[in-house]
Amino acid sequence: MTDELKTLKNKNLLGMADLDRDETELILDTASGLKEINFRPIKKVPTLQGRTQINLFFEPSTRTRTSFEIAGKRLGADTINFSASTSSLVKGETLIDTAKNIEAMVPDILVIRHSAAGAPYLLSQHLDCPIINAGDGAHEHPSQALLDIFTVREKKGKIDGLKLAIVGDIAHSRVARSDVMGFTKMGASVVVAGPSTLMPPEIERLGCETANSIDEAIEGADVVIMLRIQLERFETSPLPSLREYSELWGLNTKNVELTAPGAIIMHPGPINRGVEISPEVADGRRSVILDQVQNGVAVRMALLYLLTRRTTQNE
Amino acid sequence: MESEMGESKTVMDYGRIATSLDRMAAQIRECNPGNPDLVFVGIRARGDYLATRLADRVSKAEGRDIPLGALDIGLYRDDADKVIPEVRASEIPGSLEAKVVVLVDDVLFTGRTIRAALDALMNYGRPQKIELAVLVDRGHRELPIQPNYVGLTVETSVVDKVEVNMSEDGKKDSVIIRKK
Repeated sequence: MTDELKTLKNKNLLGMADLDRDETELILDTASGLKEINFRPIKKVPTLQGRTQINLFFEPSTRTRTSFEIAGKRLGADTINFSASTSSLVKGETLIDTAKNIEAMVPDILVIRHSAAGAPYLLSQHLDCPIINAGDGAHEHPSQALLDIFTVREKKGKIDGLKLAIVGDIAHSRVARSDVMGFTKMGASVVVAGPSTLMPPEIERLGCETANSIDEAIEGADVVIMLRIQLERFETSPLPSLREYSELWGLNTKNVELTAPGAIIMHPGPINRGVEISPEVADGRRSVILDQVQNGVAVRMALLYLLTRRTTQNE
Repeated sequence: MESEMGESKTVMDYGRIATSLDRMAAQIRECNPGNPDLVFVGIRARGDYLATRLADRVSKAEGRDIPLGALDIGLYRDDADKVIPEVRASEIPGSLEAKVVVLVDDVLFTGRTIRAALDALMNYGRPQKIELAVLVDRGHRELPIQPNYVGLTVETSVVDKVEVNMSEDGKKDSVIIRKK
């Protein structure tokens, strides 16, 4: 019997930049095995029984936090949510002090979201507990990229050789950055496009190409990922109006026909109906937006499983 | 047969395994005559192959398709802190509520795998009954678990390795005991 000891190299998952192709495949394969648990009459296994998972969310989030919480609970872990509004941050405690206080309660894994890029990295330098980055500023959102890759692999059977287009607010999108790194490492070619005010300079250095219009970006694409206009992140508007944005950069029943036959449409959510995506496309036959949400739980289960197991292994 | 590990002995070859499976299938039918609630579930990996062979035999004899599933017990192991089990999907044909489940594995040893499998099965509903069929019972139980159907009972030392080989067409099937 071959009990191959496959595991992740690092104790933390801070970004797609740190994962190689084999590790990504291990996460996807593990998620495939775990997905079935979500459809059982009793959706819980005892694997992480007695483990404590703390979700440290310094930025509002419902779906990612819920997805991580469900993932932990279905693996049998005790999950605790710690959010900024109820925390001591308002009383002046520093991020590191808050995290050290939490670590003193001996959790087995921390899931962190923060509005500052690099916050999970900073904490990983001060804490021994494994850390999963659940989104840091405009930097990375690795679990989203992994569920996107999982969904594409499930729908298209492969990643190698596929053409991907990511359209929208690239500059403020941690999803775009993680997706570009993740998909290109898995052998896909990625084109990004958005209004010039929302395109980061030198994005090509991550390994993608750029296009000047949505039509150019999505023509012949096997996968289109539409991004939300993150209005809450802007101090001054980078756009004349949402209506103009929708006309120039929105995906609708007309331009969606430019995609390759059998193309799938994705969106990390929450969607702004009628802004970056028309309701007909969001609910249409090509849309796999709700599959992404469903797969998110399986992928996060895989991350929790692999990272908590990794630490036991080294003890 | 000699190997660098020490003495090896083939205790079952293709013919013997086929005969044993025939007999086990007949016993399962005898204990569950025409039961419409019968389901076979094999424990990955190898128990699922054996479950397929048993289900084929019973299905053929009764002229109906007996539902068949495969169970991965990695997530239920009690030694999971010693090894990181590779996770594979379980495929259970619908709810097991009120079913008679014949759980199938290749080798019965400490009983810990079966303990884990019983926990896992309960998450798919409350079966009316679970029976256990194993190709080889090698003894040395660490839990109070006994099989209902056995292909071969062999005396082994606790450090021996019992190797079950299964091939696609069954022609190269064998059970080998490697002495330490």
